[in-house]
Parts: sequence; structure tokens; C-alpha cells
Amino acid sequence: MKIDNSQLLRFTTAGSVDDGKSTLIGRLLYDSKSIFEDQLEAVENTSKQKGHEGVDLALFTDGLRDEREQGITIDVAYRYFTTPRRKFIIADTPGHIQYTRNMVTGASTANAALILVDARHGVIEQTKRHAFIASLLNIPHVIVCVNKMDLVDYAQESFRAITEDFEEFASKMLISDIRYIPISALNGDNVVNRSENMSWYQGAPLLHTLETMHISSDINKVDARFPVQTVLRPQSKEHLDYRGYAGRISSGVFRPGDKVSVLPSGFSSVIKAIDGPNGSLEEAFAPMSVSITLEDDIDISRGDMIVRTNNQPEATQDLEVMLCWLNNKPSQPRAKYSILHTTNDQKAMIKEIVHKIDIQTLNRVPADGELQMNDICKVRIRTTKPLMVDVYRENRTTGSLVLVDDATNETVAAGMIV
Amino acid sequence: MSKYYLNYLDELESEAIYVLREVWAQFQNPVILFSGGKDSIVVTHLAKKAFYPARIPFALMHVDTGHNFPETIAFRDSLIENLGARLIVGSVQESIDKGRVAEERGKNATRNALQITTLLDAIEDNKVDCAIGGGRRDEEKARAKERFFSHRDDFGQWDPKNQRPELWNLFNGKHFEGEHFRVFPISNWTEMDVWNYILRENIEIPSLYFAHEREVVWRNNSWIPKSEYLIMDEGETIHKKKIRFRTLGDITITGGIESDADTLEKIVQEVAAMRQTERGNRSDDKRSETAMEDRKKQGYF
Repeated sequence: MKIDNSQLLRFTTAGSVDDGKSTLIGRLLYDSKSIFEDQLEAVENTSKQKGHEGVDLALFTDGLRDEREQGITIDVAYRYFTTPRRKFIIADTPGHIQYTRNMVTGASTANAALILVDARHGVIEQTKRHAFIASLLNIPHVIVCVNKMDLVDYAQESFRAITEDFEEFASKMLISDIRYIPISALNGDNVVNRSENMSWYQGAPLLHTLETMHISSDINKVDARFPVQTVLRPQSKEHLDYRGYAGRISSGVFRPGDKVSVLPSGFSSVIKAIDGPNGSLEEAFAPMSVSITLEDDIDISRGDMIVRTNNQPEATQDLEVMLCWLNNKPSQPRAKYSILHTTNDQKAMIKEIVHKIDIQTLNRVPADGELQMNDICKVRIRTTKPLMVDVYRENRTTGSLVLVDDATNETVAAGMIV
Repeated sequence: MSKYYLNYLDELESEAIYVLREVWAQFQNPVILFSGGKDSIVVTHLAKKAFYPARIPFALMHVDTGHNFPETIAFRDSLIENLGARLIVGSVQESIDKGRVAEERGKNATRNALQITTLLDAIEDNKVDCAIGGGRRDEEKARAKERFFSHRDDFGQWDPKNQRPELWNLFNGKHFEGEHFRVFPISNWTEMDVWNYILRENIEIPSLYFAHEREVVWRNNSWIPKSEYLIMDEGETIHKKKIRFRTLGDITITGGIESDADTLEKIVQEVAAMRQTERGNRSDDKRSETAMEDRKKQGYF
């Protein structure tokens, strides 16, 4: 049997219950035949109990007991579906203002963001917030789904007005690829199947767009970065001298024979061999998990980074970071945190809050000295030892970090290096 | 010219290997929770690859309910021997004998819930700080919200409303004495992915997954195997059927489906055409709407 070559696409959906986000996901799963009969039966029963007409597609994404009772999404939930062309992972995140942290979480690994706009209400503040987070987290593709087209009589004019509005404010953001699709999640128009009600729309339906958009370039394949996770030393008779540096390539391409430097020590060597999960490789690229052996015996351990000698990241203790505060407990001025960056675990201090972003207006506002849950701020951070960093815009792996509160061990902030 | 992207199975494999290596780097005494089912077999296979040519650095922990398929135990023992790994067994029978838990009564009695105590005792007794599991987010609605690195307090409990945010590939396994983590390297795999991977890698799995003749009873919409633990109801009769199992749990609760799929290729084709979820044949999930969430909060797998 042939093992297919289809790629994996991760996308996030932001929006509240009213936008029809759950209905859209339910529709994608249902129309792509990813719903099993026992799941359908369970949802049909619940729909009947609640007195809904027909099947309430939104119920497919129901999660925890509290969420079902309150009818809202609290946390990020992951859904899966596959078509003959691609496998999809949906990070389904709640869109209320108080859940900015969940949106950021869902967006962190996404190739694409689906932003839902209600055709009746147009671009509202929430829409701008979602677009801002997509831009902040550097999601490569944004798809604006203008939903509930059935409620505006499938009018082209409504769709055009919304795309114009969105274009205008998005031009101030750093989003490289934006597409617009008029849909009705409830009726299935332009979700999986082309709508017969909107002949004026020449573009592809949503699923086809997701299946065909170019994503191979979403990962940086230029700057070769390899953070060492652990060292493999079998110490067996067959592999007496084997010393492999295990890790996942963050970006770029490595080949045996490449001249490399080990940071932060700066020692240089040459790649002897690269072993992948299925044996030795002629070349390896992000996001492959491999084990690298070098020609020279150098002292290397977890937290070190192997890079090409002629293309190195910046080694620095002073970082400028866009920080999203994720914890109930506000930050303390000059408090120390653990900082997790690639495979490094160091200590860090927030030295200064440069400014805050008002999530309603997206304007910069002066900081008041404390970071509260869901705040997005530009800060200056000082670390105890140098970290090997790239700018987040160019490298989502070596440009990202989280802060951990040592008193609770909780992850309290997510940062993007600017 | 070569292509610079991975197909989805390679990407999932790469992600799982990364997670397993993080476990090794961040914890003192991690184990793989091994049930003998396909998911924990795949996790073990991935662990072998993650540390090759070094040996698999994790012990395998099996929570033995005493209500096993004999085939599962034989498979477990031969795998352990091949890997040269250490096996830790937590015995539900012992927990019962010690009075830590009491056996359920009645026709539908199982030892499913009793495993929680045995598992948590085994974790504590062996000072395990990380238990790696084969749980997948597509299995069940409570699991859809599970993190890769999932924190458990010192009572072994999961607090789904207060989970640590998990961003990018930065996993925070920091914990205090007595707490532990559950880690799920194949979180993002679906049942279909697991089968496609088993086929691609030609991974050995217990014979129970392949179609075979067996004596069974029709109960709760599936074929429950005859065993010494089965209490027959009036009106129930033993049939001889060609069946196979989609998941493996206790012999008392794992229902089979009628099937002719006796090779991996045929199983993959059959799974692709399935219209029921795999846990649809597991009576442990059918006890209530939130059966899985409730058990997970207490410390279940």
C-alpha cells in the first residue's frame, strides 16, 4: 500500500460562540466525513433534548463538563481531520477578550488562522484583536471567513464592504497572506462545497483553500539552527565511541561535511554524520528530529546550539520582547523568573516595561508597572547567561520563549523576541 | 531536486521523538505506561528510535488488572526481553488484597476504575516523576484538551481548568516533590495515523488486533469475549465469531467487532472505512457523558 505524501497543516480558529465558530468547525468535520456515527448519534440526542431543530453542529466541539454546562469554550481544544490531500490539526480557541492567552497559545504553532466575521456586524473590535494576535504570533496565512452570508441574502456588497474594512486596518499589521471567503457555516455554503447562492464569488471554498495553500515555506529553511536536547552515548560494544547530539532542527538545512560552530563556546567542527529516525541522512532540515555526530570531540551539552559557522544567531543577555502575560498572578517589578528558550533553562528578570498594547484600540499606552493576565507589552529582559536568539519574525523557534514562576512552577508569560 | 518538507507521518514522528527526548532531559525517573495496546506499543517504538543507538532509557510500567488477555501478557514479556528494558508491574489484585480498593459487584463489574489507585501507588512507590502515556487527543472529548506535558498534583489529580499554557515547542516539566507529569508524545495522532504508522514501520502488535475465531457474547452492542471472569446473564448465549479488537483493555470490558481483516493492510483499509469511533466498543467510556473526564481528574491514564 502506498504511504501518502500529504502534509500536515495546523490552523487556529478564533471567535466566540456568536460568530458561528463551533458551527464552522462542526461543518468542516461533518462535510469532510470526519464525524463517526456514534458521535453523530450522541449529538443528535443532545440536540433533541435541547429542543434544537436538526443537528446542532456546534455540539461536536463540546468539551469539558463546565464548558457544556456554561455553553462556552474555556480552553484550547484540538480537533483532527484528514482529507485525501492533507491532514489538519485545528486549535479551537475561545475568542472572548479574557481568553487572549488561549488565542496566543493556539496561534503559536499554527500555519494559518481562521478569523470569523459576522456578515451582519462587519469588522468589529474583536476581529481586529484576532488579526492583531495573528500578526503578533506571525501566523503565515490568515483566512477571513465572512460568515452568516445567508442572513444578508448572500449579498456581494456586504462581503465587499467587509473585505475593504479588513484590508484597511490590516495594512498596518505584518500579515503577508490574507484571503477572504464568504460562507454560511450553518448551511454549508463555501465551506466544503461551493455555494450555489453566491455565483459572484470566483474563489475557492474554505476546505479547498486549506488543502492547497503553499505551506512548505512557512518554516525558515535558511538559517541552520540546532538546539541540543540531549547527548546520546550508548557505551555499548558496537557503538563504543558514539557521541550523538540529539535534537530537533529549528530551522534551515544541515548536511554532513558542513562547517559548524557550537554556541556559546564558539568551538568549530565539521558534521560527520546525521542520523534520522530511519537511518543516516544526506541532508536534514526543520522540523526533523535527528542526532548529529561531529568530527571533533567537543564538550557539548543540553542548551548548546549547533549552527553553521557562516550564519550565526545573536548571543545576548539583553532581550527586547513582546510579552503576553498568561497568569492570574500579576508580574512583580524586578521579579526573577525561569526563562525557557529552545532547550535552555536560565534565570531572567523583567527590567522594564516599555509600553502596553491596548487590546481594544491596538494603540500603545504607557505601562503602569505591572503585567496583568492577558496584557500584551513590550518589555526588556536581562538573562543570567547569554541566549542564542533570532528575531521571532524570522524564526519562530529561536525567537520564542516562556517565563516560569519559580514559586509555583507555572508558565506565566509567552514572549516573542523583537 | 529534493523537497524540503515532511509528510504528515514523518512530522508526527519527529514531534513525538522530540517530546520523548524532552522527557529524558527534564525528568529524573520517567517510565512508559505500557498497556499492551497499540498506542503504548507505538510510543515504545518511538522511544527506541529517539535514543538509538543507545538503549531505551525508560522502564515500562504495566498496571495489571488481573483480567488480562493472555495474549497481551505474552506479548509484553517478549517485548521487554527484546528491548532489554526493565518492567514494573502494579497489580490491582494486590491492591484488593491489601484492602486499598474494593472489587465492584454485579454483572457489569470491572476493575477499570480500581486501576487508578494501583497506578498512583506504583508511581509513588517507584518515585516516578513522569509517566509517558499513549493517550491521543482524538480519542475522547476530555482528552482533546490535554497538554503534551500534563501536570498532576501530589494526589495524582488532573485539574483541567487550570492547565499550564503550552506554546511553541517549549515544554515546562517543572514540578515539586511528590508531584508528577503525564506526557503524551502521540497527542496529535489519530487512530488512522497510528495504524498507518504501524503498517509503514511494520511494528509487531498482539494477535488480538487481527481477525480470529473466538467465543463471544453479544452485550452493549459489541462482542464481549468469553473468559473466566465473564458472568453470563439469563438469555445470553455464547457464539463463535470471527472477530478482532480495535482497542485492548481488560478482557471484561473490551468488545470486539466482526471482521475478516487478518493482515495490517486489511486492518488499515477497514479502519479507514469505519463509521464508529474505536472507543465505541469500550464500556468503560459509556458509563456517563463525562466518564473519561471524571476518571482522568482522579488520576486515570
